[in-house]
Amino acid sequence: MEHQFDVIIIGAGLAGLRAAIEIGENASVAVLSKVFATRSHSGAAQGGIGAALANEEEDNWEWHMFDTVKGSDYLGDQDAIETMAKDAPRTIFELEHMGVPFNRTDEGKIAQRAFGGHTSGFGKAPVKRACFAADRTGRVILDTLWEQCLQRNTQFFDEFQVLSLMAANGRCYGVVAYELATGALHSFYSKAVLLATGGAGKIFKTTSNAFASTGDGMALAYRAGASLEDMEFVQFHPTGIYKLGILISEAARGEGGILLNNDGERFMERYAPVIKDLAPRDMVSRCIMEEIRAGKGIDGKDYVHLDLTHLGEDVINSKLAEITGFARTYAGVDATREPIPVQPTCHYMMGGIASDVDGRVTVGNEETPFEGLFAAGECACVSVHGANRLGCNSLLDTLVFGRRSGMEINRFVQRVDFQKPATDFEKTAAAKISGLMQADGKEKIGDIMSRMQEVMMDNVSVFRMESPMTEALEKIQELKERYQNIALQDKGSCFNRDLLDALELGHMLDLAEVIVMGALYRRESRGAHSREDYPERNDETFLVHTLVRFTDKGPQIFNKPVTITRFQPEERKY
Amino acid sequence: MKCNFIIYRFDPAVDKENRYQEYTVDAEPTDKILDCLNKIRWEQDPTLAYRYSCAHGICGSDALVINSRVELACQMLVRDFKTGNNFVIEPLPFFNVIKDLVVDLKPFFDKHRSVRPYLISDQKPPQKERLQDSKTQAFFEPALRCILCASCTSSCPITRTNPDYAGPAALLRAFRYIFDSRDTATDDRLEKIDSEDGVWGCKTMWWCTDVCPKGIPITKCLGQIKRVLKKRHS
Repeated sequence: MEHQFDVIIIGAGLAGLRAAIEIGENASVAVLSKVFATRSHSGAAQGGIGAALANEEEDNWEWHMFDTVKGSDYLGDQDAIETMAKDAPRTIFELEHMGVPFNRTDEGKIAQRAFGGHTSGFGKAPVKRACFAADRTGRVILDTLWEQCLQRNTQFFDEFQVLSLMAANGRCYGVVAYELATGALHSFYSKAVLLATGGAGKIFKTTSNAFASTGDGMALAYRAGASLEDMEFVQFHPTGIYKLGILISEAARGEGGILLNNDGERFMERYAPVIKDLAPRDMVSRCIMEEIRAGKGIDGKDYVHLDLTHLGEDVINSKLAEITGFARTYAGVDATREPIPVQPTCHYMMGGIASDVDGRVTVGNEETPFEGLFAAGECACVSVHGANRLGCNSLLDTLVFGRRSGMEINRFVQRVDFQKPATDFEKTAAAKISGLMQADGKEKIGDIMSRMQEVMMDNVSVFRMESPMTEALEKIQELKERYQNIALQDKGSCFNRDLLDALELGHMLDLAEVIVMGALYRRESRGAHSREDYPERNDETFLVHTLVRFTDKGPQIFNKPVTITRFQPEERKY
Repeated sequence: MKCNFIIYRFDPAVDKENRYQEYTVDAEPTDKILDCLNKIRWEQDPTLAYRYSCAHGICGSDALVINSRVELACQMLVRDFKTGNNFVIEPLPFFNVIKDLVVDLKPFFDKHRSVRPYLISDQKPPQKERLQDSKTQAFFEPALRCILCASCTSSCPITRTNPDYAGPAALLRAFRYIFDSRDTATDDRLEKIDSEDGVWGCKTMWWCTDVCPKGIPITKCLGQIKRVLKKRHS
């Protein structure tokens, strides 16, 4: 089936929906999502969205910018970070005007709370900067934006999996998608395609991410010739529920929760004397792992305690209701009376599709534009998070750059004419699907997937070293070969999850390879990338963005400089 | 330990009517029911269809009938059931089955759309945020917990007898906007649901409240709408 729209948006999380709202009636737009829009993983965001509103205490955007730069371990591009920090207050007011039910202060203003790495006076003390709606901030923003789209009659194609970008000669002409309910292929021709497909946490065994977070957009762009940037920077959130990885928001510590080791010691006081438990995520995750290595995990096991018992039932029930529910349901813990067992969990991809502050996807280190292709949100790398993202900057990223992408796309579609590609991309996609359906290999998708997740978790997570990662790269490449011999057992055309699993696994294997290659290439420790064999940050060689591009000869690594404007790199202490 | 799963199956391409298929799964007491379904799919039968995503009760994808009660498969653990490790899994009632445990939720979202689920205001917003009292917000806060999983609407006995009834989930969304001080379409919203297809369709049977996986007192929220309407009528 053929469709034609000015703009195709892939992904119905916050970045995609915000862009759709911006494009509104200026152009015809369709939003494609592999899950129903409100199931998007943005809805799982808990703690808040950062903006220097100064509603609770003195604050300004320059402090926010500095914290983000320092949090990124100086790898974030400072022009982009400035754009985001300056635009943050406007973004919050806009959300409020759309109806987002933020918690309020006694005066009725938007309430704010402390979050990791956010400080006043350029690092002097924690500051209340995160605007929130209890601990379901992502959920209520997602609902609000989706409902704004309903009001505007935005056209959704729910449960459509994109198979390929129609890309040739550095230009994108649309996408080919698979309709899950019927198995039909659809060609969507467009002037512009926006990728807003989120993260890829499912590459790792323990993750806070949804099953849908399989990095489809990143992999599609990569295969179409776009560069992936800084993919080795994978955030492990310090407080996932033990064994399960389910997120316990940083808001728990923002409201005063503390981490304790087996001796009952508040160990973060030792590592970050100024902001303690509110140190950035990369640091806290490493500290937890250090405690565990020193035998100070609870009962000698690989977890520590997150203690909220002193906060009182009022705070817990009104501001942290969801996470206490998770602790009760999944860990059998009443967080008002006992500590929650936690360990680091794969949470966020700082890296992504190399793109600029207006969502334009760039190719190569000369920053040639990929005509008609845009990216925003977690799947993009602008880069505002650099080597480590601060909590409550991801929702901000999706909304600031989702909107800016929408604005740029509005300008772009005015300027260009429709063009149909010379290649029949639907035919290629159909061949791929029938190839997968008819394959009679011996390999099981589930086996390859769990092996990949183990390899990545064991060798490429919080701490990294040359030789285990070299082995991991070989193993991932082996798995890629085994993937060529998979067989689907479901040959049907209605809700064929087996086929979806196969497609997603192919995407994740590509990305896993890029992550390990980047992590091997970067012989230094910076932000979330911590090399035990190269424990120091090396600005002389590695104050650069890693870029990986897919070529006929396989993945090629190169780099590009970091934009530094106001803040020169310094040692990162908290 | 061994768990026995009897699962509703229906593939429109081959089945004339639904059937039940039995699987045995090796599960821990702390495994989620969703984990068990995944084990079946990955290790035994990849043709089994069901929806899921976040796997911790926030995306609203996996509401199913588990042992005759509507539950989220990712929010219930094996140990939560006192049924001798025997599980019967069926799709949500009321909606048409597309395949196995996957139902067509279009009617659900059409109902949602019918209550105009977005803030309507005839006031020009200020430069900064509009002010709102915490207490005002606390009143409609329970409705913000809704994850649109359709558990309530599919369980409601009235939904089943009157297909035009808006149903608890949509009315809960109406409640959210009626009591939001920033919304100025209150009169119009109330008028639109002042009927048997609207809030008076609710006969206070509490099934919605009983099944809600987020613990929202839906019946009480709908009662607040009725109270306002009664006051206006008298």
